[in-house]
Amino acid sequence: MTSLGGGEYVIEVLYIISAALFILSLKWLSSPATARRGVFAGEIGMALAIIGTLFYKGIVDYKWIAIGLVLGTIIGVPLGRVAMTAVPQRTALSHAFGALCVTLVGTAEYYQRTPSVPKFTMSVLSLEVILGALTFTGSLMAAGKLQEILPQRPITYKGQNFVNLAMLLVAIVIAVTLVRDPSRTALYPPMVLISLIFGVMLIIPIGGADMPTVISLLNSYAGLSAAAMGFVLESKLLIVAGALDGASGFILSVNMSKAMNRSFTNVLFGGFGQLQTTAAAQEARPVRSATAEEAAAILSAAGKVVIVPGYGMAVAQAQHKVRELYDALTKRGVDVTFGIHPVAGRMPGHMNVLLAEADIPYDKLLDMDQVNGDMPQTDVALVIGANDVTNPAARNDHSSPIYGMPIIDVDKAHTVMVIKRSMAPGFAGIDNLLYYLDNNLMLFGDAKAFVGNIVKELSGNSGGH
Amino acid sequence: MKADLISSLYVFMLAAFIGFEVIRRVSPLLHTPLMSLTNALDAIAVVGAIILAGEQKSQLSTILGTIAIVAATSNIVGGFIITDRMLKMFKASKAPKQ
Repeated sequence: MTSLGGGEYVIEVLYIISAALFILSLKWLSSPATARRGVFAGEIGMALAIIGTLFYKGIVDYKWIAIGLVLGTIIGVPLGRVAMTAVPQRTALSHAFGALCVTLVGTAEYYQRTPSVPKFTMSVLSLEVILGALTFTGSLMAAGKLQEILPQRPITYKGQNFVNLAMLLVAIVIAVTLVRDPSRTALYPPMVLISLIFGVMLIIPIGGADMPTVISLLNSYAGLSAAAMGFVLESKLLIVAGALDGASGFILSVNMSKAMNRSFTNVLFGGFGQLQTTAAAQEARPVRSATAEEAAAILSAAGKVVIVPGYGMAVAQAQHKVRELYDALTKRGVDVTFGIHPVAGRMPGHMNVLLAEADIPYDKLLDMDQVNGDMPQTDVALVIGANDVTNPAARNDHSSPIYGMPIIDVDKAHTVMVIKRSMAPGFAGIDNLLYYLDNNLMLFGDAKAFVGNIVKELSGNSGGH
Repeated sequence: MKADLISSLYVFMLAAFIGFEVIRRVSPLLHTPLMSLTNALDAIAVVGAIILAGEQKSQLSTILGTIAIVAATSNIVGGFIITDRMLKMFKASKAPKQ
């Protein structure tokens, strides 16, 4: 590819335009006002790159390309039309597809080029295939857990970390051997196979609430493996796209880990969540509870309400009822905003998408820092399906496993109301100190049903208060 | 070859920095669409798969290339569709005058 013909120059120029459009696409995503333009820019960039590639003069036959493009479109359209509640598993599945593509291309390139593969190419090819293969099976596992085909709870066994690290080490040793002597084709399948198994083993010990971090990490791996593929194929466009995706996944992973006050290694090797569940049998302490009627009275008398949603809201499909509550309160002149913790839900931004789908204006969706500053001036904080992210123990109890994790300071509001099925502990398996505070009221029941009842009370006596 | 490698590394380094700076500015509000959009863009790997399936250098590379095209295309199509669907839902409050 050193001497470029006329046609080749055109293709390269199209690739450069695509790369620029990809960067613009992400830049426009910075604000909801310009974000859709960003999608359009990405689509144009993608179309230019694909059309340019079709004119590549090395292509001798278009039959299989056409079949691939058509089949991919047939699979892709329904994947683009899934319900918003299924977005986390769809995202995990698309990481798997991306990683599959990269692994297959890397494998084909290896068998085409062996035995004469330069050392650098073989190194990045191994990196591409190891990352691609582990991301493929890891993402499938994550999708299975999110779709609840697989158990969500972490599965751990003795020596798990040792087994995992040993497998990764073997894959790396094989890769190094292949770099030194690429003609040893017998070693290639085991390297891929071990990476595939490693991906499965890596996700087995990870619980549902760690999914935001894990999905972000897998996103980052998918990007890095694509960038590595760019080095193998000497395609700068692929390097750019892979680097952008890798950077995005990395930033999100760091955000998620910070929001849980945990390191990557702790998420991947910690087996959080199954440790303290036995400690749940502590003495019963008094909590105060309220009915829907009382809750409605308190809410309608309030000037400022902050609603704090969590995964429980998504499980109960309560977002549309929450929207009705928002409407009923706003109509009465109550200022209602939403306080969203970075790890609320199963992937970054999960709650925002669900609430936006329920037609809640995005300027009412505030992140943790924005909402915490206003908490002391808030009359009512209403927690729907969130638990650990509201536990004041993270702030004051040095011995708590979640100590240091940033939380939404709902306890600083004048009144806190928590909709919850029972007093069962959350994901971290620890008691929430919030529930025993004097300004806290428990609203026991299903999130969707309870919010519905509050709305009924509010609309039933709209002349009152 | 060596010069090409170095320039590729430069491209990677610069793209990573641009990625960090641009993506840091994406509001947490849009982190889910961000992930589905970067996922669709990442599927640009389809260009490598197209060349494999089209060059037909060996049966293996044609088969693997074709499957890779299917996987990547489904990400491109599905990723752009769902990102746009999500972004369409994000609406600002109506002007206070109503």
